[in-house]
Amino acid sequence: MNPLIKLLLEGGGLGTAQMAQVLNLSETEVNRQLDQLKKDRLLLGWRPVLNLAEEEAGVVRAVIEVRITPERGGGFNRLAERISRFDEVESCYLMSGGYDLLVFVNGSSLQKVAGFVSEKLSTLEGVLSTATHFLLRTYKEQGFLLDVKAEENNRLKVAP
Amino acid sequence: MDQSHYIAKHVVNLPRSGIRDFFEVVAKMQNVISLGIGEPDFDTPWHIREAAIYALEKGKTHYTSNLGLIELRRAINRYVEKHFGISYRPEDEILVTVGVSEALDIAFRALVNPGDKVMFHQPCYVSYHPSITLTHGVAVPVPTYAKDNFALTAEALRAAWQPGCKLLMLNLPCNPTGGTCDRTQVEAIARFALEKDLLVLSDEIYSELTFEGEHVSIASLPGMKERTVYLHGFSKAFAMTGWRIGYACGPAALIEAMMKVHQYSMMCASIISQEGALEALQRGEDGMKAMREQYQRRRDFIVRRFNEIGLRCHLPRGSFYAFPDVSQTGQSEKDFAIGLLHSEKVAMVPGTAFGENGKGFCRACFATGYDQLIEAADRIERHAQKLAAKH
Repeated sequence: MNPLIKLLLEGGGLGTAQMAQVLNLSETEVNRQLDQLKKDRLLLGWRPVLNLAEEEAGVVRAVIEVRITPERGGGFNRLAERISRFDEVESCYLMSGGYDLLVFVNGSSLQKVAGFVSEKLSTLEGVLSTATHFLLRTYKEQGFLLDVKAEENNRLKVAP
Repeated sequence: MDQSHYIAKHVVNLPRSGIRDFFEVVAKMQNVISLGIGEPDFDTPWHIREAAIYALEKGKTHYTSNLGLIELRRAINRYVEKHFGISYRPEDEILVTVGVSEALDIAFRALVNPGDKVMFHQPCYVSYHPSITLTHGVAVPVPTYAKDNFALTAEALRAAWQPGCKLLMLNLPCNPTGGTCDRTQVEAIARFALEKDLLVLSDEIYSELTFEGEHVSIASLPGMKERTVYLHGFSKAFAMTGWRIGYACGPAALIEAMMKVHQYSMMCASIISQEGALEALQRGEDGMKAMREQYQRRRDFIVRRFNEIGLRCHLPRGSFYAFPDVSQTGQSEKDFAIGLLHSEKVAMVPGTAFGENGKGFCRACFATGYDQLIEAADRIERHAQKLAAKH
């Protein structure tokens, strides 16, 4: 795996200048490699990981299990891509098991999400059924624990 | 009342740890970036902590066998065989201890008669020399040098050897130098031990943190298992320093002797730490490899920076310590470390805290976050430039 990707995965929120230092490259080269990763669709983009429950104007999140009919010559792809294009859809995965697609949806209210499912999603040709589950509480988001307070660094300053 | 005359003479004469003095200065300061912490910056992986918590919930709070839980000893045998090529009988060739520190202590107490000579390479971990003194042995230090990247050579052993040498203490990879030995060098040490009929005490606590090439355990070489006490633990590879859990493996007669001391002084290692250790051996390998990879990247960065700054530093093949040579600044390692601390608030431990061959060097532990390392390197560079400007 590319050392730059490994460093990105390690987290720690390093800026390009710091990454350049660690990898012993110029900042220009780091930016060039990042651009290449984007071109190759290995790096898709950047999103901050926010604890949206804190926001006053809340975001309602739901996970929808969708069963669809696979198409001759195209399998699940065409319909899955069509569903993915909706702005409300944050993520869309093809899964093994009792349903086909797992769709993560965001909306500004429960009604908006329910409306999306009933008007836009279930009505698509090829969608056999949907099962919508609303998110009640987040404990861990993209690798970040929410309610667990970060402990003070208690390490001794010098140890043999 | 003055109680000092009650204190045993050999303890009175024990020198204060050079690290402790340095620690006392650092502890009084705020906002220091410390490169002086000899432990991983990772917390113990959650699955290990959770296994120990579950053990507590199940009521595992009682004494275990003196030798340690048999399941743990079996797991230790499988682990050591898989990774280092040595097989030990769980029933009587493995002893679970309260850290490698206890294993060392009981090994010395079980093996050293008053006046017995114990060879050890230095610079080395702070406890080796004092431990030998505490058991009334005679410490015979063997120098290691930057020109060999602090590997232990048979030549140095031969030059330091004297009649009456009984034990050879090894720590490869080495704290503080990061030095280690390749197969040829370990074979040479083994030949020397066989020639001089030395018993080897091998502290291999950093063995998983070998970044390039293989780690060769001396006990895996022909003729060596019967004359080696192999010491290892969980502190560095699995980030379990505070759990105080380690083990000694060796011929049954030696383990039995160590067990005699252990049973009276410790009885057994903490059952909770043993449960955590078992989980570490059974499911901790991936986590350990991920940590090792991260240490390697940090090593590459900090060693490159030291050399850029003009503090010549070899690339340590093992451990998480860099050992830069600070003598080019014209200062002693103590003055450099104290000066760096006061002027730039970065702590590195002066090399002489680890033995006289640490003269001119400082130890930097790179088991810390990138932002700390990057900032520390910049501050050390500023300090080195200030010193150069004065010349």
